[in-house]
Amino acid sequence: MAGDGTVQLIDEKGKRVDGRLKDELRPTEIKIGVVKNADGSAEIRMGKNIIIAAVYGPRELHPKHRALPDRALIQCFYRMSTFSVNDRKSPAPSRREKEISMLLSDALTSVVLTDKYPRTTIDIYIQVIQADGGTRCASLTAASVALADAGVPMRGIIAAVASGLANDIVVLDLFDLEDQKGSGDMPLGYCPTLNEISLLQLDGVFTLEQFDECLDLSIEGAKRLYDIQTNTLKQRYADIRAEVAVDEDDEVKEELKEQLNDEVKEELIEQLKEEPKKEEVKEEPKKEEVKEEPKKEEVKEEPKKEEPKKGDE
Amino acid sequence: MGDDYVISEIEKHHIQFLLEQNKRADGRILSEFRKIAIETNYVQKAEGSAVVSIGDTQIIAGIKATLGSPFPDTPDSGVITTSAELSPLASPYFESGPPAEDAIELARVTDRAIRESHAIDLSKLCIVPGKLVWILFIDMYVLNDDGNLFDAATLASMAALATTKIPKVKIISEEPLETEILEEELEPLKIDHYTVAVTTYKIGEYNIFDPNLKEDQISDARITFGFDEQDRIVSMQKGKLGIYTPEEVKTQVRECLNVSKSLRKELMKAISK
Amino acid sequence: MSEVKVKNHEIVIPGDLLAEGTLKYGDGVIRRGNLYYSTIVGLFQDRGDYIQVKALKGKYLPRPGDLVIGKVVEVGLTNWIVDVGSPYSAVLSANNATEKRFDPVKDDARRIFNVGDIILTKIISFDRTRDPQIITNERGLGKLRGGRLVEIEAAHIPRVIGKKGTMINMVKRLTRTQIITGQNGRIWVQGKKVEDELKAIDTIKKIELEAHTQGLTDRIREMLSNNQEENEV
Repeated sequence: MAGDGTVQLIDEKGKRVDGRLKDELRPTEIKIGVVKNADGSAEIRMGKNIIIAAVYGPRELHPKHRALPDRALIQCFYRMSTFSVNDRKSPAPSRREKEISMLLSDALTSVVLTDKYPRTTIDIYIQVIQADGGTRCASLTAASVALADAGVPMRGIIAAVASGLANDIVVLDLFDLEDQKGSGDMPLGYCPTLNEISLLQLDGVFTLEQFDECLDLSIEGAKRLYDIQTNTLKQRYADIRAEVAVDEDDEVKEELKEQLNDEVKEELIEQLKEEPKKEEVKEEPKKEEVKEEPKKEEVKEEPKKEEPKKGDE
Repeated sequence: MGDDYVISEIEKHHIQFLLEQNKRADGRILSEFRKIAIETNYVQKAEGSAVVSIGDTQIIAGIKATLGSPFPDTPDSGVITTSAELSPLASPYFESGPPAEDAIELARVTDRAIRESHAIDLSKLCIVPGKLVWILFIDMYVLNDDGNLFDAATLASMAALATTKIPKVKIISEEPLETEILEEELEPLKIDHYTVAVTTYKIGEYNIFDPNLKEDQISDARITFGFDEQDRIVSMQKGKLGIYTPEEVKTQVRECLNVSKSLRKELMKAISK
Repeated sequence: MSEVKVKNHEIVIPGDLLAEGTLKYGDGVIRRGNLYYSTIVGLFQDRGDYIQVKALKGKYLPRPGDLVIGKVVEVGLTNWIVDVGSPYSAVLSANNATEKRFDPVKDDARRIFNVGDIILTKIISFDRTRDPQIITNERGLGKLRGGRLVEIEAAHIPRVIGKKGTMINMVKRLTRTQIITGQNGRIWVQGKKVEDELKAIDTIKKIELEAHTQGLTDRIREMLSNNQEENEV
């Protein structure tokens, strides 16, 4: 294949190599909760892109000196599987992966309400299973959904897409061939509810008109992706009906939560008051204690020092 | 990152108590496997790929083939090389960074089973003896760790290999060596043996198969056996600090052999689709 | 003067506009000028002059006064680090652990609580600049021995307890177990017979699975009563 401009990426009728028109997104699907161990996760398929985002956190940060005293650190780690591209990618972290990790971290930091969790880290792991152009954007789209799934408080959800130039025509959502053979590429991360751009790059040669058109087209594309994100998140809980018993009958107060806690606390204290009496009847606990005590009785003093335990009273 | 896994005494007693009743926390008996799901051809850009789930444990294996020089001492053989990554994506107990011991062990144990069983005839990967061979990279990524990574890893690698397609290579001239990869002409990789790995885990005096994460963590020892479809033992690796008596080993190899048949069944079912 | 833009009990996501005007607001809501937005995925709750978004999922955040079940993960010279299932590990200092004074020269912390011990504790302080502090030197607190442990989402604990304890008391009664629920989502169960303990655990898991459905209390009662009859036959 020859260099840029000589590969026909879009024909006279406006049809691209993969059959799309200039303002069409690739078929996109998002699934939530794909990594069971994670606090939140999402898998995105955008055309041939298959990318998993998994969120762990907020959680403690090690080493502790890296923690921020007044807010959470957002750390995004973008990695491509060796088999995600045509020519096997070396497993060692590349500079490109490090740069993309940083871009994603920055974008997500702008929307996460980090001051709610000082001294913690919120880690987002991105694994590209298959790459076909626009992976940093698809990753950001998936990461936002994963963070929402994890219950991390955010000002808004970011959707991202890369538009660019194919045979000098501005097209939406470049796939790999267009990315390689086109003459311009502009990845953009945008939050529609805030009207904020948090990720923005460009490489190629654009006139000012093309620049504006590309930006507008990407914003439009991001809004469509946002609808997919919204539907996916809301669908997940579509079958939930409001739990009437516990919440509805409580009095409306500004400290509603505290009141609920008081009820719960009362119940727990009641439980504890009951415990000691009930314990005397049980056989099992004593059996278990016999197994454990021998280890501890090596120090004669120790049983006295121990807490008034369940079985002792 | 990389929290230490701490399991409480209460949880340990619970598991041990259940074992005494030939039961486990999720209702299985000691020799029972969780639900196995195998999906092949997951990644089109890879020459071969498979995602295997055993319960909530999930691993993806991808095969990439590149042309290269053979090793000097085996000029007529292609090369297979196996790697595994325990990414912190899959567990709060995995650490970032280059593959640590656990990942290396997983890769090497998987590699051993495949290589020693001659699952693939490496001579068939030779294009020009002494000069050009296919190098097959078997790369595995754990997508969720809920115990028993060893069995899932071999299953994923074999399923990926068994559905791998490699392009034909046209030799244009031998001296100087000039070749052309015929991308459109794909040939399935020939599999000579359908190897399966089964790991037995020891908790106290009990031996179980397919532990979940907690059971895996509290196990004292494990042995991974590789078997081919002719019921021959092709590889073996004992792991962790615990020990086995010779009688236990002989018993366990037979139990594992028995289990290997149903795992192989799942493998064959998945690759024949 | 205020206008609520979302129906009560609708699922909202971060960034959704909830209301405009002047209102009292609680968890899951952020205010910008006179506009109120959701910060999480959750159930929007409109209480008239008070709005909030109830999280359907999320880590436990410690509050002073909470009773929580912790797992000791580290033993220090004069303190223990305890995992309570929150983003922050809790600290139990020796002075808050025992009624008798702790002497680091003579006393060995490991003999009081060791790594892996499950303890019932109370949070006495927590602000975002310091790790939560917990105590075990009050009546009823301390190491839990025997029994079984089950973990659920902290957000579902109120459902497991039920209005004024109706749900949890029913489970205790019908499975003949004692149950301690920690506000951090951890629940400890102990019964005379192991079958009873396992039944209680299964029931709790079922409650969590169906936490947001209606008629749950009746279904649970029926499920447990039927089992009772079976056992008595």
